[in-house]
Amino acid sequence: MIRFEDVSVTYEGACATTVRGVDLTVPEGELVLVVGPSGVGKSTLLGTVSGLVPHFTGGTLRGRVTVADRDTRTHKPRELADVVGTVGQDPLSHFVTDTVEDELAYGMESLGLPPDVMRRRVEETLDLLGLADLRDRPIATLSGGQQQRVAIGSVLTPHPRVLVLDEPTSALDPAAAEEVLSVLQRLVHDLGTTVLMAEHRLERVVQYADQVLLLPEPGVAPVLGAPAEMMAVSPVYPPVVDLGRLAGWSPLPLTVRDARRRAGALRERLAGLGPEPSPDRTDGGRSRRTEGSHPRPALPSLDRTDGDRPRPASPSRPGPEPRRPGPEPRRARPRLAPWRRRHGKHDAPAVPAVPYENEPVAIVEGLGVRRGRVEALRHVDFSTVPGETVALMGRNGAGKSTLLSTLVGLVAPTSGSVRVGGLVPHRAGPRELVRRVGLVPQEPRDLLYADTVAAECAAADGDAGAAPGTCRALVSDLLPGIADDTHPRDLSEGQRLALALALVLTARPPLLLLDEPTRGLDYAAKARLVSVLRGLAAQGHATVLATHDVELAAELADRVVILADGEIVANGPTADVVVSSPSFAPQVTKVLSPQRWLTVSQVREVLA
Amino acid sequence: MTTGERTPREGPHPRLAAQRPDPPSPASAAPRRRLAPQANRSNALHPGAWWIWALGLGTAASRTSNPLLLALLIGVAGYVVAARRTEAPWARSYGAFVKLGLAVIGIRLVFAVFLGSPIPGTHTVVSLPEIPLPDWAQGVRVGGRVTAEALVFALYDGLKLATLLICVGAANALANPARLLKSLPGALYEAGVAVVVALTFAPHLIADVQRLRAARRLRGRPDTGLRGLLQVGLPVLEGALERSVALAAAMDARGYGRTARVPDAVRRTTAVLTLGGLVGVCAGTYGLLTAEGTAYGLPVLLAGLVAALAGLRLGGRRSVRTRYRPDVWGPRSWLVAASGMAVAAALIVSASYDPAALRPGVVPLSAPTLPLLPAAAVLLLGLLPALVAPAPPPRTSGTAMPEATAKARPTSTARPTAKAPSEPSAAPRRSDLSKEPS
Repeated sequence: MIRFEDVSVTYEGACATTVRGVDLTVPEGELVLVVGPSGVGKSTLLGTVSGLVPHFTGGTLRGRVTVADRDTRTHKPRELADVVGTVGQDPLSHFVTDTVEDELAYGMESLGLPPDVMRRRVEETLDLLGLADLRDRPIATLSGGQQQRVAIGSVLTPHPRVLVLDEPTSALDPAAAEEVLSVLQRLVHDLGTTVLMAEHRLERVVQYADQVLLLPEPGVAPVLGAPAEMMAVSPVYPPVVDLGRLAGWSPLPLTVRDARRRAGALRERLAGLGPEPSPDRTDGGRSRRTEGSHPRPALPSLDRTDGDRPRPASPSRPGPEPRRPGPEPRRARPRLAPWRRRHGKHDAPAVPAVPYENEPVAIVEGLGVRRGRVEALRHVDFSTVPGETVALMGRNGAGKSTLLSTLVGLVAPTSGSVRVGGLVPHRAGPRELVRRVGLVPQEPRDLLYADTVAAECAAADGDAGAAPGTCRALVSDLLPGIADDTHPRDLSEGQRLALALALVLTARPPLLLLDEPTRGLDYAAKARLVSVLRGLAAQGHATVLATHDVELAAELADRVVILADGEIVANGPTADVVVSSPSFAPQVTKVLSPQRWLTVSQVREVLA
Repeated sequence: MTTGERTPREGPHPRLAAQRPDPPSPASAAPRRRLAPQANRSNALHPGAWWIWALGLGTAASRTSNPLLLALLIGVAGYVVAARRTEAPWARSYGAFVKLGLAVIGIRLVFAVFLGSPIPGTHTVVSLPEIPLPDWAQGVRVGGRVTAEALVFALYDGLKLATLLICVGAANALANPARLLKSLPGALYEAGVAVVVALTFAPHLIADVQRLRAARRLRGRPDTGLRGLLQVGLPVLEGALERSVALAAAMDARGYGRTARVPDAVRRTTAVLTLGGLVGVCAGTYGLLTAEGTAYGLPVLLAGLVAALAGLRLGGRRSVRTRYRPDVWGPRSWLVAASGMAVAAALIVSASYDPAALRPGVVPLSAPTLPLLPAAAVLLLGLLPALVAPAPPPRTSGTAMPEATAKARPTSTARPTAKAPSEPSAAPRRSDLSKEPS
């Protein structure tokens, strides 16, 4: 269906070839997953199929790509529109019209299909994707999962033989992601559509793939093969594969179900070792919540946490290490230490960056937020103490972002009270507030205005009233090897997140909030983020993350708060909350239940 | 009466709807439901019909300065909007037009107070100090006597303008602008798409500005004031540019701009007809406006118009596009359009019969009276759309719409992607809402 003949792509101004030596054939009716660390050219490879690379993006394409026997060199994207359907990363920038039904018809109108055919296909597609109830709704009013389904539907109506999807589930909550993936599976099974899909969150998609196209690193020829074989050599892999590699299972399990079948022996080995994994963490969480007024035992020292909570151990990772600037997970901690010392110099030398206090850094009582007739939050009680990491979870629109916005004063409460570091956030001036609480928004780019990293840092020092150079030192710690004159737009997603984090940390807020920090990050960038956030927690920063990423929550959070329809429905230590929940349980928990393990690193630690 | 009071005819959950007792509904709702079916795409009014209705009301407003009649027109327009507008984003523009109308009245009054008015008057309300102006500024007055007559005249004048604006706002709220543009001839289709894309970009741009201004607060800078607005200008433009490039790529990949091969002869004829037609239109207009050209002006203008239209029609052949469910101009559309035209006709006729009633005296001041016949015409004819136009489905206020708008407010740091609750949660909530008698 799709043939790549010795394809390579070079962009102008780029020093190296982005994609090289692609020589393979994707058969009809297969779901092929494109896998690799970020920056290896997954999106470029997908673009060559629809003809957007190079017709739209520029650059030089060598070799030949043929889709359904049409050469993309001689056919422009619009002439391939009837055989290839493309959905990009952001469904919102895909929509041309304003209502669901018009959007589904748009592609067919462009192709000039007769009205009766269009009508029939729109009705079929509405049923196929479960959109019939939404047919007259303006697209702007749909939820993320619904929008993603409309975007897929809008390219399905012309009956393309190939569907190209770039990160279709990265912005979605677990349930909405399942919804989209089941639709894709149905297309492959029932209609014989060929699907080519790139996705970072492999734990969600790898079990649906018929084949995996692995791009191990930039400029290296990609390999197409069976999912289990590819996962055995891939530098990026989901936790279930990590567990399989650790236990030495062969062939590697790709689904929780496969893994459970083989996990009997492993469960026996682990049986006596820790039915209550990470006791320090759960106890810590509990004691902090229940004995808030008592003097808390000193936080574990850096060395101890290092021993107790190993990073997702990169040394044991086979395959080529992703080459990205930034601290390696293991090296991050020692690098953060000097930064802490540097901070100490600015105020009292012996005082740590954030004074440990027993009182909570944020107290939310009976919080209600109304927008028009919708209650975004209702009777929310929440507090967090220094050194604690809390994960806010729940479906899209459950009120996670609203709660974070309230904590940082962007939203005024309708009822109840919010106090952060003794201030009422929505009444406080921005200058005082940044020293109490910092938020890294879902789109870290929103925080960046200047055109170089150095200018950004200077501005941040000024805004926070910190000594000149404070921010730059933070950037060097979080993002080593970034030149002063780099434009923030040229950074990768993970680097941009680190820069935004450094800007926010310049004012040293005791409370740090992150909204969907792992969107668009690959596993390596995620592991670095985890180690950075652990380092901050060890220094006494309280961290609240709103996330859909159950693996991140399992790895990082002391406590998980689940919101539904603006109310807190669960609030407790991570292990207690996620173990019992089918949608929020991480893969390792599902594989090893009824034992209560959360992450592969815990298991690895015990077995070592 | 708001649309919220209407009984939902088809709840999202027929099973639930069948179980619950019918909520009490106002008696007036019953005949309205019998006359007009619930709106869906098949029976949707042609957007042109709404525009003709609204422009009819506007024409009527331009024929009178009687404040009672103008208020009646505003009331009629407002009632129809309240009864028949949907939850779509464009439907929310009505409030903005009403505010604009109020601003126009305010500005008109302020001008009358400070810059004086040519209306002679005897009832002095207040005397402002007059600023002496040099000779060359003769005829301009700043400050001075403010008379009741001048104020009343300004009020009537402002009210007339505000009514016009509100009528346009009503058309905007009731007719989907994108669907109106879809009715354009094929050759103008691409221009139509450009307008539609611009229409959807404006809200995105505003949401971007608000989001970035909110983000300034996160950096510890004040998020209000002009400087804040200026500083986010560049990132906002960057974002808009990126979004338009992404949209252009998406449109290209979906077949936008595919053209059919047309014979060279047809292509050349199209070019000749269109160009020649436009030249003809220009020459004809020039002829009409100059003294010596009146003889040939009109025929040339008409010939030019015909040629240009033929060129457009022929040019449509290049486009391979087809139309999905175009709006049909049915009997209900005729009724709505006729209603607007009838109101306009009624006021034009009565303006020639009884000019005094439609233009109440300002000098000397007199209380306006409501002329019965025109008022009855406005009420009975103008309100017709509220009866015959298909009723929008009952509001599902609990779910997506308000939340989506709230997300676009500066208060949210989230991207403007609407984060309405996903469907499983939305359905039960909707039925909860509809259980409450409103």
